[in-house]
Amino acid sequence: MSDQIPRLELAGISKSYPGVIANDNISLKIMPGEIHALLGENGAGKSTLVKCIYGVQTADTGILKWDGKELIIANPNSARSLGIGMVFQHFSLFNALSVEENIAIGISPELAGKNLNQQIRDVSQQYGLPLDPNRFVHTLSVGERQRIEVVRCLLQRPKLLIMDEPTSVLTPQEVTELFKTLRRLSEEDVSILYISHKLQEIKDLCHVATIMRLGKVVDSCIPLEESPLSMAEKMMGRNLISPEKPQKPTRGVSHLSVKNLSLHSVYEHGVSLKNIDLEVCKGEVIGIAGIAGNGQIELMEILTGEVQVEDPNSVLIGTMGVGCEGPEFRRNAGLGFLPEERLGHGAVPDMSLWENALLSGFQTMHLVSGGFINIKKSIKFAQSIVSKFSVKTPGIKNAANSLSGGNLQKFIFGREILQNPEVIIALQPTWGVDAGSAAFVRQALMDLAAKGAAVLIISQDLQELFEVSDRIAVIYEGKLSSSQSVEDISVEGIGLLMSGIGSERLVVDA
Amino acid sequence: MLRLELRGEMSRTMVYLSPIAAIILTFVSGIIMFTILGVDPLQAIITFFISPLNSADGFAELFVKATPLVLIAVGLSFGFRANIWNIGAEGQLAIGALAGGGIGLLFFDVDTPFLLPAMLVVGVLGGMFWAAIPALLKTKFGTNEILTSLMLTYVGLLVLSYLIHGPWKDPDGQNFPESRLFHDAAIIPIILDETRLHFGWIIALFGVAIAWVVMARHMIGFQVRVIGLAPRAARFAGFKEKNIIWLTLLISGGAAGLAGTIEVSGPVGQIIPVISPGYGFTAIIVAFLGRLHPVGCLFAGLLMALTYLGGDNAQIEMNLPNAVTGVFQGMLLFFLLASDVLVRYRLRILRPTKVTKGANL
Repeated sequence: MSDQIPRLELAGISKSYPGVIANDNISLKIMPGEIHALLGENGAGKSTLVKCIYGVQTADTGILKWDGKELIIANPNSARSLGIGMVFQHFSLFNALSVEENIAIGISPELAGKNLNQQIRDVSQQYGLPLDPNRFVHTLSVGERQRIEVVRCLLQRPKLLIMDEPTSVLTPQEVTELFKTLRRLSEEDVSILYISHKLQEIKDLCHVATIMRLGKVVDSCIPLEESPLSMAEKMMGRNLISPEKPQKPTRGVSHLSVKNLSLHSVYEHGVSLKNIDLEVCKGEVIGIAGIAGNGQIELMEILTGEVQVEDPNSVLIGTMGVGCEGPEFRRNAGLGFLPEERLGHGAVPDMSLWENALLSGFQTMHLVSGGFINIKKSIKFAQSIVSKFSVKTPGIKNAANSLSGGNLQKFIFGREILQNPEVIIALQPTWGVDAGSAAFVRQALMDLAAKGAAVLIISQDLQELFEVSDRIAVIYEGKLSSSQSVEDISVEGIGLLMSGIGSERLVVDA
Repeated sequence: MLRLELRGEMSRTMVYLSPIAAIILTFVSGIIMFTILGVDPLQAIITFFISPLNSADGFAELFVKATPLVLIAVGLSFGFRANIWNIGAEGQLAIGALAGGGIGLLFFDVDTPFLLPAMLVVGVLGGMFWAAIPALLKTKFGTNEILTSLMLTYVGLLVLSYLIHGPWKDPDGQNFPESRLFHDAAIIPIILDETRLHFGWIIALFGVAIAWVVMARHMIGFQVRVIGLAPRAARFAGFKEKNIIWLTLLISGGAAGLAGTIEVSGPVGQIIPVISPGYGFTAIIVAFLGRLHPVGCLFAGLLMALTYLGGDNAQIEMNLPNAVTGVFQGMLLFFLLASDVLVRYRLRILRPTKVTKGANL
């Protein structure tokens, strides 16, 4: 391999922003057909580096060679014409347009011709990425939206595919399918730059890994020869402690319950919930597994009160029927929740951190008197979140969208926890969050349960669910299975249920 | 080559620089326009923007004109912040003037200090009533408030026209379409002798102060801002969107109704067919020029008032058409919206040496 010309070679790439050196003298080589992992915590400079490769940004100094030829990629269009495709972590899709229209916008006009619809169907079938070209984006789940981006890249027959956290929204089966796709592409001599925090995946998939920390390349390794733990330690530069399940009191009384609830979805292509029964006891962590778009968002909205139902007793907090009450009321009853979308749902992007602290804490933290905001108290509350949950930010007057994903999640999480919730509901709590913050959030959720709170986690990350949950249930097409203790179930069994193959109950394969 | 690049965060500096840029561009375009019209541009600019203010009386007139603009703009900015687009302030002003003025006419021979306050209160209620119709339609049936509020403007103006040509016509008015003149108790007191400057200006300043406090310190202002910036986050917090729709439409309608009543009981002194030279529409520009901030609306209201005065002045002294006022107002809004792009985007100059080789492949 060594005498081959690398598909992409970077030498001495540096990029700085005012006050930050995002990339410091980065060098790496990607060979044709190589699956190359880029590992690093949030803020390590991975995104900046791939933006430089993809022409979204231009490096300050350094050399980029494509197939041995030195050149400058000034914008994504020229990157695409070279044969570089990229699947971003945050998708750039038009919600009001269909899948086909969205794809047509991002590709060359020759490709966006009449038979695009058929091409999309072909590619999505060929690579195991089911996608209906005629559906509108706003009706799709996060997982389905990602498929649009992947299919869009594949349509252009790329020579280098950059994937930023691609598996965070997929089921194990989907991940397996995606890996098959990626390996096939690799055999077809397509190079892949694969960014992920999921170390097991990198070990399974990637040929080479480059590890970044604080803007520099700190190490590189052959993932096959490493263990996930050893790679994590290289990435974080410190020894890792895996979350510990605290000693549990015996199963407490039921504190959050849903009884035989059905709801027709208000969204055009949403999922209707069918006869949902759910019980979360004090001191217990219940996990709900499922592929994106099987009713998780609808279930979450009913639990938080953003969508209300007629029968108050179909949702109970303790013994109080709250089905027809809104989020304000439920927060007062001790409910805390973490939405999936941090920017725009869990936080207002353009507002400062202290105003975002006020957003959900204004009642329980008594930040408002006589309708007037107590700014001093709100700032204090925000400061205590920042310090207790080690949120990295220059100050609480900075806007929420200035924080990295992991830091913002820590902030939102801290905001809910400091309100001492008796019930906490989290949807995809570690999606797009760096490994350090994710471990922190998981540990905090378990600690909360240990203190006697009822914790419900809705997630697609099975490893996460198995790590933190006491019991797991599966949601599929709006139906929720009964929950089973984690000791009695297998990942495979859950995986089958998630894809609708298993029976109504969780099958136990001892 | 120039390129627009998305900024990570909104630029606070540009939020304030953009109106200034818009004013400068308006001036430059104004100079070009006057030159093309064959008018000495310097002379025209002086006549338009400077000579209206060369006396105490000029300033008094400026405040008189700014009063309704500031009041309405401050009210509208609540709704605009929450993405509730009340375009019908002109109609709410007319109905408010009819309601408040109606009280004045009903008690045309009663001399009591309570008459004027009663008129102002009823005027506010009248404006609120007219804005409540779009609010009801929007919350019940999901209609678009831009259309309903705008269309109701024309209905409101027709109601005004009907009453003034019919039942409310002055019995001693030689058949002119005008109401009876108000009793002294129904007239807003003058606060500066020898001018038309009246107590309404003080009310407008109060309105600015109250709105500022509510917007910055009160949960109402917070809810309005959250709904405007991130509607889902507002639902997450438990803010009820319907309440905000009602609230913002009632605030803006009430402010317009108050402005209307102040007009009829102040400078005009009776109800006439045309109460406002488009204050309700111009206030939309004022609100945006003032960055939807109450204090900003105050300064923007003064500037817009100046365009009215300048237009009159230019008409009298230079025989320029009255449309010049509209042109200036339009240009100001146009340049403002254009400059506002730079709040979220930055301009980057691409050096021609950095031509990409990739693009040629």
